[in-house]
Amino acid sequence: MFAASETLAPLSGGWFLDNAWLAPVVPTIGFALIVLFGKRLPKKGSELGVLSLLASLVVASGAAWQWIQRVNSAAEEQFVAPVVRTWSWWQAGGVEFTIGQHVDGLGVVVLFVVAFISTLVQVYSLEYLRGDRRYTHFFASLTLFSAGMLAMVIAEDMIPFLLGWEIMGLCSFILIGHWWEDGANSRAALKAFFTVRTGDIGLLVGIAILFFAANDWTTENLGLSGFSIRGISAWALSGDPNSTVILMAAIALFIASIGKSGQFPLHTWLPDAMAGPTPVSSLLHSSTMVVAGVFLVARLYPVFFAGLDILGPSSNVIMAIAAITIVIAAALAFVQTDIKRVLAYSTVSQLGYMMLGLGAGAWLPAVFHIFTHAFFKACLFLCAGSVGHSASHHSFDMKRDMGGLRKHMPITFAAWVVSTLALCGVFPFSGFFSKDEIIDNVGGNGYTFFMIVGLGGAFLTAAYMTRATYLMFFGEPRGAAAGEHGHDTHGHAHDAHANHPDHSGPHESGVLITAPIAVLAVLAIFAGLFNATPFGESWEYLKKWVEPRAAVVVEAHAGGPGESLIIAVPNAEEGHSKSPCGKETPQDGICYAPQLNHAKFKWSKAFLSLAIVFAGIAVSWLLSAAFYGRRDPRLVGLTQRNGLARAGYRLLANKYYLDDFYERGIVSSVSGPVARGAYWFNQNVLDGILHGVARGAKAIAHVVYRDIDQRLVDGTVNASADATKTAGATVQPIQSGRVGHYGALLFATAAVAALVFVILNT
Amino acid sequence: MLTSQFLLLGAILFCIGVYGVIARKNAVLVLMSIELILNSVNINLLAFALRNGSADGHTFALYIIAVAAAEVGVGLAMVLLIYRNRRSIGLDELSEMRG
Repeated sequence: MFAASETLAPLSGGWFLDNAWLAPVVPTIGFALIVLFGKRLPKKGSELGVLSLLASLVVASGAAWQWIQRVNSAAEEQFVAPVVRTWSWWQAGGVEFTIGQHVDGLGVVVLFVVAFISTLVQVYSLEYLRGDRRYTHFFASLTLFSAGMLAMVIAEDMIPFLLGWEIMGLCSFILIGHWWEDGANSRAALKAFFTVRTGDIGLLVGIAILFFAANDWTTENLGLSGFSIRGISAWALSGDPNSTVILMAAIALFIASIGKSGQFPLHTWLPDAMAGPTPVSSLLHSSTMVVAGVFLVARLYPVFFAGLDILGPSSNVIMAIAAITIVIAAALAFVQTDIKRVLAYSTVSQLGYMMLGLGAGAWLPAVFHIFTHAFFKACLFLCAGSVGHSASHHSFDMKRDMGGLRKHMPITFAAWVVSTLALCGVFPFSGFFSKDEIIDNVGGNGYTFFMIVGLGGAFLTAAYMTRATYLMFFGEPRGAAAGEHGHDTHGHAHDAHANHPDHSGPHESGVLITAPIAVLAVLAIFAGLFNATPFGESWEYLKKWVEPRAAVVVEAHAGGPGESLIIAVPNAEEGHSKSPCGKETPQDGICYAPQLNHAKFKWSKAFLSLAIVFAGIAVSWLLSAAFYGRRDPRLVGLTQRNGLARAGYRLLANKYYLDDFYERGIVSSVSGPVARGAYWFNQNVLDGILHGVARGAKAIAHVVYRDIDQRLVDGTVNASADATKTAGATVQPIQSGRVGHYGALLFATAAVAALVFVILNT
Repeated sequence: MLTSQFLLLGAILFCIGVYGVIARKNAVLVLMSIELILNSVNINLLAFALRNGSADGHTFALYIIAVAAAEVGVGLAMVLLIYRNRRSIGLDELSEMRG
């Protein structure tokens, strides 16, 4: 323990940490170069995309490595200050707007994951989109998309954060609608854009609330504006905020997360977003875009912690929404025949796990789940794309065009199985460690009901993934997978691949497709070891490196903004490692992160969840084999015979009627009455007034006409008309009808007027 | 003082814009010149806002940017329609407005 005034050894830094802002900037430059020169380059601009993201990956990896050094250089319990650099770009009315970098544990983890997966997806796209008519534009948008996510991750205050968030929204619109010639694709793109925008309003409102509530406190205590993420975090835990205000801010920001991360009830855009090319789905669903909402909650965690009373006695809105999302999305995955839609619902459900973790105070497990989920979900999507590319003629219909592919596509099959096991949470694949940690910690923090929901979700996850695996890789080949040709009615990707060289039955994809898949599959196995709680404290690397330490910090300004001396303050009681951050107002200092609990790992609990997962796999396998393989008469047609099964199936097939509700319920109920009301108002009120006025006016007009108009006015008018006619004939040549002449006259007059002003004023 | 340099830049841009509006025959170039004029106005507003230390000038500049975007949208749509009707966007040939 340290005395309050004792300065600790300085934290180590490094070039990559100081220049981590290059990670988003390089792809942005890459984007501009692709747009300007891409079409003239030998590889049509794709090389610029891959290179810029490789550079970004180098920066991100370097930053991650130096961050680890920095954490190791810090003393136990010492707050590891983020590496912050800011530049002021706008100053108005006393408020300074800055852009800058805020690199901490959470930042480097997500930065690395985004750069890594973006690079692999770009390599994969080289082959997957070969010959596409908008090849260059695709790479441009994909590069900007990654740049947007990287910019958001590294943002120092909320304005650049919003910028990155919106860039992603725009690029996802462009990429989902990449093949916009098909009306369904452009509708899906619009739906994604508008649904996410509905949530984005929450982000704007939340940022505004936080700024006006926090600005005074942050300016006074930290010398930061109310947009600064550090400032907002410290303010939220300082005991200063009014509980209603911070609750409103947390809810507004959470609405933004619901839209972006596809939580109930705004999850409907995610499955439709499958209309985009598969690499886009892979990137969108693993490390960018949908993770942004979870990242927002993780980044501004103190606001949610204080606003929603996380770790408090009652459950909060985040957990409730997350639990609903986990279950309904997993249930929807059972009735899908499109493999990408199964994966989309699986993403929605897994995002629910992350939100559940965050809502229940399990911050680190949720971030860990972002990390592992990115690898195995990207791998699953790329496998689905590989199957569509090389085996099923760009159809993603599992029931019609797949089956029995394991013999033809060994690498894809192996990667798929590994990632599926990771997603289901089977030991020792990566998903086991993260998902189990979330469930464990939710239970450990006293939310037993939500732990049971999590376990139920694990059962459903195992079951629907087993069904999909069975349909794709086992059983008899069907449709395109059996070598049939010629049904061109489905498959969004057809036109793009018109010149694909061979269509000779299913085969393994080329090395540019299998290599990224293989890399991701390896990570899907091993990524869990970064925080392998079951193996003991020494394996908890992410906990050490990523979780912000909840130490009370005394901040003294030395040498201007961005450079501050940070001194750790001892905790009040000796031998008690818990800091008061988050629970009570910190004395003599500032908290940047709340103190969280970590559940003790028990093998008994892990065995319970493993048993549930295996039960899910076994039940689903038996049912799938009976239903799809042997066509068991007791199961086939059950939805026609049994009323309850039919009702359930129709509810799921219609996606809980949410889409209908949004379109008919909300859109038409708003637009219809508004239109009818406006018509009624027009007919009765406005017209009535007009008629009355008109009648009165007519009576007056009669009198006026005879006396005033005919005698008095006409005389005057006739006289002036004569004068005007003469004058008009004189100036008529000026009215040449040429716009340029008019402009010249205008400017000449303005110049004369300006001259007059100058003379009058001197 | 830096303000005078900003104002000088604004004045130069304005003159270039005026020259473009008067002398150019291509409708698209005229629209671009109008954008130049609007931007020179923005620079003036910002220069004075910086000198007076108030946010009003910034706010107006933002409004002008939004209005300019709308204006160029309408302008380009008109140019397109004129092109469809006459197969040319030369402003010299448009003299139906003659009085």
